[in-house]
Amino acid sequence: MIYSRSLRWLLRGGTAATLAFIYFPLFILALYAFNSARVQRWPIDGLSLEWVRRAAQNEGARDALFTSLKVGLLATGIALLLGSLAAFGVARYRFFGRDAVSFLVVIPIALPGIATGMALNSAFREAPLIGGIEFGTMTIAIGHATFCIVVVYNNVLARLRRTSLNLEEASADLGATPVQTFRHVTFPAIRTALLAGALLAFALSFDEIIVTTFTTGGGVKTLPIWIFQNYSRPNQGPIVNAVGLFAILLSIIPVYLAQRLTEEEVVSPAAGAAAATH
Amino acid sequence: MGVGLDDHQGLIPYRYRPPATLIGRGAAGPISLGARMTAVAHVGKLLRGKRRTQLAVLLAAPMGWLVFAYLGSLAVMLFNGLWRFDLGTQIVIKELGLSNFERLWNEAVYRTITQRTLGMAALVTLTCAILAFPIAFTMAKLAGPRARRYLLVAVLLPLWASYVVKVYAWRTILAQEGVLNWMLSPLGLDGPGTGGTGLTGIWLTLTYLWLPYMILPVYAGLERIPESLIDASSDLGASPFTTFRKVVLPLAFPAVVAGSIFTFSLTLGDYITPRLVSSSQFIGNVIYDQLGVAGNLPFAAAFASVPMVIMVVYLLAARRLGAFESL
Repeated sequence: MIYSRSLRWLLRGGTAATLAFIYFPLFILALYAFNSARVQRWPIDGLSLEWVRRAAQNEGARDALFTSLKVGLLATGIALLLGSLAAFGVARYRFFGRDAVSFLVVIPIALPGIATGMALNSAFREAPLIGGIEFGTMTIAIGHATFCIVVVYNNVLARLRRTSLNLEEASADLGATPVQTFRHVTFPAIRTALLAGALLAFALSFDEIIVTTFTTGGGVKTLPIWIFQNYSRPNQGPIVNAVGLFAILLSIIPVYLAQRLTEEEVVSPAAGAAAATH
Repeated sequence: MGVGLDDHQGLIPYRYRPPATLIGRGAAGPISLGARMTAVAHVGKLLRGKRRTQLAVLLAAPMGWLVFAYLGSLAVMLFNGLWRFDLGTQIVIKELGLSNFERLWNEAVYRTITQRTLGMAALVTLTCAILAFPIAFTMAKLAGPRARRYLLVAVLLPLWASYVVKVYAWRTILAQEGVLNWMLSPLGLDGPGTGGTGLTGIWLTLTYLWLPYMILPVYAGLERIPESLIDASSDLGASPFTTFRKVVLPLAFPAVVAGSIFTFSLTLGDYITPRLVSSSQFIGNVIYDQLGVAGNLPFAAAFASVPMVIMVVYLLAARRLGAFESL
């Protein structure tokens, strides 16, 4: 349709306003990270690298970063395995209850974080057969893996659906064993989808705080928990800004890479439910 | 979407394919046609059984994990909600009963908090839906492929940027000496601040946080609307507003519902935002304090099952509205 000039400008204006709304707080945060004053008032007093330097030397933040990386890698590993297994099952086989599988994969991310956190807390506490599990890095990773499965599942499933079965059939017809077919045909086709799924799972885990606060224990802090606990300490405010800026960059980079790897597929947890009932 | 593809990707292509050994490297010795047919049928039958085994092997681990670790946990939580916490002795009494749920129902404060949380979820969802349309429409119908890709990335990246840091950024913006008050002061106005029990700051922050979750499905939904339908409507003399109301909106509605699953659920499950930008209590705050401060596990578990049940009902309703096809 030929959209009228005024309508076009209206829509463009709306788009620009929305983008401004989305980026404004990030810009403010970045600016405060380089604020020369301790007090966070506006307009800022001047620019300095003092807080970035102090943040880099802050041991609490460094420990928390290390914990986050550890949890992220563990959760990503589990999610990668479980998500791709489920994706293969759903993409390559037709069976009764396939919708239920998709639904089950999606539900941990579709239910409110507070319910998921509370449920995992209850279960770890009681764990009737094993007399409870000690709260810490492992319990956080188990919780994260549960809702990270969906992003791997989605990416791999979307790729498998777009990859022609003819290649796999040709491979089998030419006498390749299933293992050979997987190694030389299927795996190369889904390699980037696996990587994208893993990057997104890591980003999801790296940012999560609500479920994390219910599954941590023994003083184990991830980076978001460290930030949350330090925001109100009078002397930590500016350091939190600097650490926060770092956390944003660290979570955006894997997502950007994942987007480059998958091109047309929209990488959002919202696409998470994409697979549900398909 | 999946249905059409299934014909090519289901069991059928495999099921009747002769085993590779018979046609490829060749079975030992010549086989008569009849024997070969029997062999094919036989192996085919075997494969069919095998495929079921393969499927079981593939699904055992992920389904086991999700059923055991996730659904199992939800069940334990519901069960814990039926226990009782003795305030005098500070001990959890493991007898089943509905006392926690009675308390949630009868005490006005919990009803108010539940209503407040639900109302906020609805308001944030509505705001996000309204804000999402101009940018989603521009992306889907006006932008060229290049601009569209840039816009997509521009919406996508902040969605993944550290959640707690974004809330924190809003806290500094809304603070007494923050940017918002600085911008409003020439107009003689005062922002919501972060100290009071006001809900404006929470509304702004949550809308900000979940907006990309709405934009992406709405964009995908709008992109699927054929240009010809919009053309036809305008050729028949409808104004842009009428076209939007009668053509675009009904077709994009399932996508809005799809996005609303996230805006609604994420609002219900959040307790960090209310804590950081206001002193107003949401369901999540009560759960966190009951568990962490009071040690009242049964009551926390009972209250946490409220947003869970609400979301399950919401998901079932969304499914009926066709939201899952547009995610």
